[in-house]
Amino acid sequence: MRKLAARRGGMEISMNTKVTIAGVEFSNPVMTASGTFGSGMEYSEFVDLNRLGAVVTKGVANVPWPGNPTPRVAEVYGGMLNAIGLQNPGIDLFLKRDIPFLKQFDAKIIVNVCGKTVEDYVEVVERLGDEPAVSMLEINVSCPNVKEGAIAFGQKADALSKITAEVKKHARQPIIMKLSPNVTDIAEMARAAEEAGADALSLINTLTGMKIDIHRRTFALANKTGGMSGPAIKPIAVRMVYQAAQAVKIPIIGMGGIGSGEDAIEFLLAGATAVSVGAMNFVNPYATVEVVEGIEAYLQKYGIKDVNELIGAVRER
Amino acid sequence: MKRKVTAQVVSQRKIAQDVYELWIATDLSQEVRPGQFLGIYPKDKSMLLPRPISVCEACAQEGRLRLVYRIAGQGTREFSTYRTGDDVAVLGPLGNGFPLDAGEDKRVFLMGGGIGVPPLLELAKRLCASKQIILGYRDAQLFLAEDFARHGSLYVATEDGSAGTRGNVMDAIAQNGLTADLIYACGPMPMLRAIKRYAEEKGIPAYLSLEEHMACGVGACLGCVAKTKDVDAHSNVRNARICTDGPVFEAREVEI
Ligand SMILES: Cc1cc2nc3c(=O)[nH]c(=O)nc-3n(C[C@H](O)[C@H](O)[C@H](O)COP(=O)(O)OP(=O)(O)OC[C@H]3O[C@@H](n4cnc5c(N)ncnc54)[C@H](O)[C@@H]3O)c2cc1C
Ligand SMILES: Cc1cc2nc3c(=O)[nH]c(=O)nc-3n(C[C@H](O)[C@H](O)[C@H](O)COP(=O)(O)O)c2cc1C
Ligand code: FES
Repeated sequence: MRKLAARRGGMEISMNTKVTIAGVEFSNPVMTASGTFGSGMEYSEFVDLNRLGAVVTKGVANVPWPGNPTPRVAEVYGGMLNAIGLQNPGIDLFLKRDIPFLKQFDAKIIVNVCGKTVEDYVEVVERLGDEPAVSMLEINVSCPNVKEGAIAFGQKADALSKITAEVKKHARQPIIMKLSPNVTDIAEMARAAEEAGADALSLINTLTGMKIDIHRRTFALANKTGGMSGPAIKPIAVRMVYQAAQAVKIPIIGMGGIGSGEDAIEFLLAGATAVSVGAMNFVNPYATVEVVEGIEAYLQKYGIKDVNELIGAVRER
Repeated sequence: MKRKVTAQVVSQRKIAQDVYELWIATDLSQEVRPGQFLGIYPKDKSMLLPRPISVCEACAQEGRLRLVYRIAGQGTREFSTYRTGDDVAVLGPLGNGFPLDAGEDKRVFLMGGGIGVPPLLELAKRLCASKQIILGYRDAQLFLAEDFARHGSLYVATEDGSAGTRGNVMDAIAQNGLTADLIYACGPMPMLRAIKRYAEEKGIPAYLSLEEHMACGVGACLGCVAKTKDVDAHSNVRNARICTDGPVFEAREVEI
């Protein structure tokens, strides 16, 4: 538990920033958004990984994936598009290299899992089951950049139920289903995942977008479409986290444009138990720890003793 | 160590059509190597991502870096408005840069095309070798040519024939009958492809500085990959990250 002594009106108050999701305790609610932080190695030059609640890794599949052709990234107003195509080294190298690296730190390890078929997911989930250092699994059923199947899981409630139930059957760790925002009714998707056995939800993944280079008259991305992230999507993400939180009882990890403590607090108030920092790492490589500090400062400012008091605490005006 | 710092503008000057020279004061000047680059953050918050700009020259003693860039869009246009004393947020030092020892005491070509010319200057300064410097420009606005002339024998090519050889850097080596044991190059992709072919024919190594659109600049997002000949140790697929494994690659390692 991270207790903070704060001086307020001459009184020392002690603060709790610890949150619990599916029985897993995190020192604070701040995590990294999958795919924006590698396996922590690159940003460990900038931030102390011990300060984070968890590192959520880049999506890993049963075999190495080469990803999409370049250009894979493009900037848009207040955000960016990416179509990395889930390039990853495959579970073997990941277990041999990335997990031992992450084990050195206090941050909990959450592994993001991707696949093209249900069997692919199950294979990765089973391999990770033998790795006690991995606290939770985040199942990415919502990446808009791979065409074969994956998107279908995250966009239809029945497909989502099926994969959730199947993964849950094989998983040793609690599972987080990562929801796609590219749906008509996020509450319906949230309920489908909860009913099928998800231990937690994370949202939002990226919103499908497109950018056209008018000078070359081509698509900015080789993949034509890409997932939008960054501050420009934050209001949509807050709205979806709120709607999902209203619809389910399981904890929610909120993300979408978070770059400061204030941003994170908005998600907590909307109903998230934890938050992830994604594209804003690219803007500010110290963003994750600054979000932790920003949350602490907020608690201090308002004399709130426990960060859990903020979860879903938004009031009607 | 990589870090994000606030640098100060020492001076800014236009040196050719749309091309600017920006000197900034930063302690990053103590550690940058030739061919490394910085990520420069626009102040306009609607632009999130750092712009990769190569180090043109480093003066460690005075604590200054020289950047030379061409206006290519909104971010670089903003940079061109910076005045002495302004703050600039920069991320660096990024990438590996040119391997100096590979060319030590050899007969080398330093080949730069267009806005690929500036990144070679610090290399030209530091490399102890017999240097033949071949620079390609659009026209007679030969920015930085005088600086290069101090560090080796200079050959120029211009697309419009207004100075030196008419054509590109390949035409310039042919016309002047130049040969080398090793090549360092930076420039547009067609030029790099031609150099890769030439180096393969001659059986000599060529170190090429590649470009790709980037997001993180530090190897985390996998946005900036180049196709590699063999499976890359980090990615475990045939992709290397230009921002961290490059931007300089030996020509035979990459498929461009
Ligand atoms: C390793 C490296 C070194 C570079 N060194 C220099 C240099 O020394 N001088 C110089 O003038 N230019 C250099 N460039 C190119 C420079 O990064 C782009 O011209 C610049 O990012 C354009 O930004 P903008 O906002 O003006 O253009 P916009 O087109 O508005 O930019 C939109 C987005 O696309 C990216 N982008 C656009 N063009 C390029 C490009 N050619 N390469 C990579 N990203 C691009 C931008 O960074 C930004 O994220 C380098 C590129 C790389 C990859
Ligand atoms: C470059 C990049 C790569 C991503 N890769 C993954 C991934 O592998 N798996 C996944 O579930 N989400 C991935 N995402 C989505 C993020 O985890 C996050 O859900 C989304 O970007 C919204 O948060 P942000 O606005 O803070 O970036 C990626 C996002 C970006 C920008
Ligand atoms: S720009 Fe992110 S890996 Fe190179």
